[in-house]
Amino acid sequence: MTADTSAAAPRQRMRTGDDPDAHLRTNPLKLVIGLVGMLAIVWGLANLFLAFAYYPQWFGSNKFIIGVLAIIGGVGGAALLFYFLNMFVEGLPRRLSEGAIPYAFVLPGLFFVALMLIYPTFQTINYSFANADSTAYVGLQNYKTIFGSSEFWQSVVNNVLWLLVVPAVVVGFGVIVAVLADKLSASGEKVAKSMIFLPMAISAVGASAIWLLIYAYNNPGQAQTGLLNAIWVGLGGQPQTWLAISTAKLNSILLMVILIWLQVGFAMVLLSSAIKGVPEDTIEAARIDGASELQIFWRVIIPQIKGTIITVFVTVFIMVLKIFDIVYVTTNGAYDTNVIANLFFNKLFAQSEAGQATAIVVVLLLAVTPLIWYQIKHFRDEEANR
Amino acid sequence: MSRSLMKDGRPRSPFSMVTMAILALLWTIPTLGLLVTSFRSRDDAATSGWWTALLNPFGSDWTTSNYAGAWTGADLSSGFINSIVVAIPATVIPIMFAAFAAYAFTFMDFRFKELIFLLIIAVMVVPIQVAFQPMLNILGPRGLGISGEYISVWLLHTGFGMPLCIYTLRNYMSTLPRSVVESAKIDGCSHFQTFWRLVAPMSIPAIAAFATLQFLWVWNDLLIAKLFLKSENTTVIVKLQQLLGTQGQGAELLTAGAFISIIVPMIVFITLQRFMIRGMTSGAVKG
Repeated sequence: MTADTSAAAPRQRMRTGDDPDAHLRTNPLKLVIGLVGMLAIVWGLANLFLAFAYYPQWFGSNKFIIGVLAIIGGVGGAALLFYFLNMFVEGLPRRLSEGAIPYAFVLPGLFFVALMLIYPTFQTINYSFANADSTAYVGLQNYKTIFGSSEFWQSVVNNVLWLLVVPAVVVGFGVIVAVLADKLSASGEKVAKSMIFLPMAISAVGASAIWLLIYAYNNPGQAQTGLLNAIWVGLGGQPQTWLAISTAKLNSILLMVILIWLQVGFAMVLLSSAIKGVPEDTIEAARIDGASELQIFWRVIIPQIKGTIITVFVTVFIMVLKIFDIVYVTTNGAYDTNVIANLFFNKLFAQSEAGQATAIVVVLLLAVTPLIWYQIKHFRDEEANR
Repeated sequence: MSRSLMKDGRPRSPFSMVTMAILALLWTIPTLGLLVTSFRSRDDAATSGWWTALLNPFGSDWTTSNYAGAWTGADLSSGFINSIVVAIPATVIPIMFAAFAAYAFTFMDFRFKELIFLLIIAVMVVPIQVAFQPMLNILGPRGLGISGEYISVWLLHTGFGMPLCIYTLRNYMSTLPRSVVESAKIDGCSHFQTFWRLVAPMSIPAIAAFATLQFLWVWNDLLIAKLFLKSENTTVIVKLQQLLGTQGQGAELLTAGAFISIIVPMIVFITLQRFMIRGMTSGAVKG
């Protein structure tokens, strides 16, 4: 017994004393396991998913089993991939490993960004000079075609109209709701805000289904099942097919209402938290100086939440620039309601005109470029205030 | 006129109360209309407005057959399962990758750090439409041939959600005390251990916030699902969009179908609202 322990102790000391710099050197075992592990995961996952596609009978052709396996495979696979990647990096000699770990952490995420956003941006610009199935260059032909089509300019005009109306109205409503909710009792505020916030959970397709019900049309003489026509007829009008009326862009405005309904809750939440951050003593001081509630609103509250107002405006602006779902499922651009993103989708999907479709995206890309500059400036300001 | 006071001593504002009550009602009526209509029989819904059924609840023909019809007849059940299969990995995978990246951006120094981060901020604004034609080529029959499968949609949502996720998590992590990470380092923890045992658990609020937002985006997405999923793998939102095109026979299933597609995000939203608001107030946009 004693011999055993006394023998074990020096041996242990020996082992550490033997090689004090072990962690500084390459650990070939970790390197190999890490590398093999990563490759095995990628190979295994690729085969699993191909099996889902080509041999569903292996899984009993059961959607549920395939679904559960897919979730486990996707999530677990990603976790294991990271595990082996880290093992590999830790197996490198210390000096290399210290320098490589940040990149091992950043590059997998960056890989997805590069693959899904950065590379396609350049490839899309490239395709915009090519033909309908991207097999030969056609010069500026796609741009000539789209700039020469009245449908494109009509879509641009509609998009500009959306951009002029929706962000401003959403922010306006958001400010009003946030200010008024702030004056309610705590429970009243909570209930009112949740009711206005709730549409944010609803998809644009679901929202369109909801509002198509409101804009529904029945022949004159029949009972109107659409709320808008019921009110209109109740006021003495004739039932209207609302979404077909392009006079004064009425139908586009009715589609905008859907997006406004969806987005006011978002604006309200951000603006409400900004308003709660306005120091009470600045409001109190204005009140003592004899300012009316309206003056306090315009001269004290608004200047102090200006930053948030701009952030909300820009966010909604970017979203409206790419507005698609609502137009696609309600009118699909008919009756003079088309917008750029819907035109793009129809060129790509229905007409298989990849050249023209990508040229349209390039126009969209140019439109957002100034906003990239704004985003970076906004980030720099935030960092400076941290 | 003496104004009455609320419990917390602020004066009651009748104008706010009335205006907010009207606005809250206006915002709820559309959804209420859908919910009521979805429980009405086809004949009832076609011959009178949903509000008449509410005013006369006992004289109306209530039914749940629209739901049965939409679930089995219009095959929303498979769309529903597909949506779950698409949405869960498409929420979890980007968070896993982004959390590691955010940790590096917050607690590590390396070359080009600033430049890479600015690049990530810049691509948050880039419209995702840029990706479609190139990705259709890479994932489609001309490339890997996995377009139509779940995995292609997971990959796309992972890529599109990544910039915002990195940004949100980094913003949150930079509010964590640096001393915690430094003392872990002195205690001999590797970065991997520090991340896994300290920073990731401390970042749970931000992770939950982003997870809620990402889940809603993926569940409610029409564009990517429509372009990159074959019909037997397609989501409930695409099924609903196809239902929207039907007239006459089957039109009564639409309202029930819409509600089926709304119910999951609604539940997620209501239970995780708290986290989501925190995520949104971190001030970021998605391309």
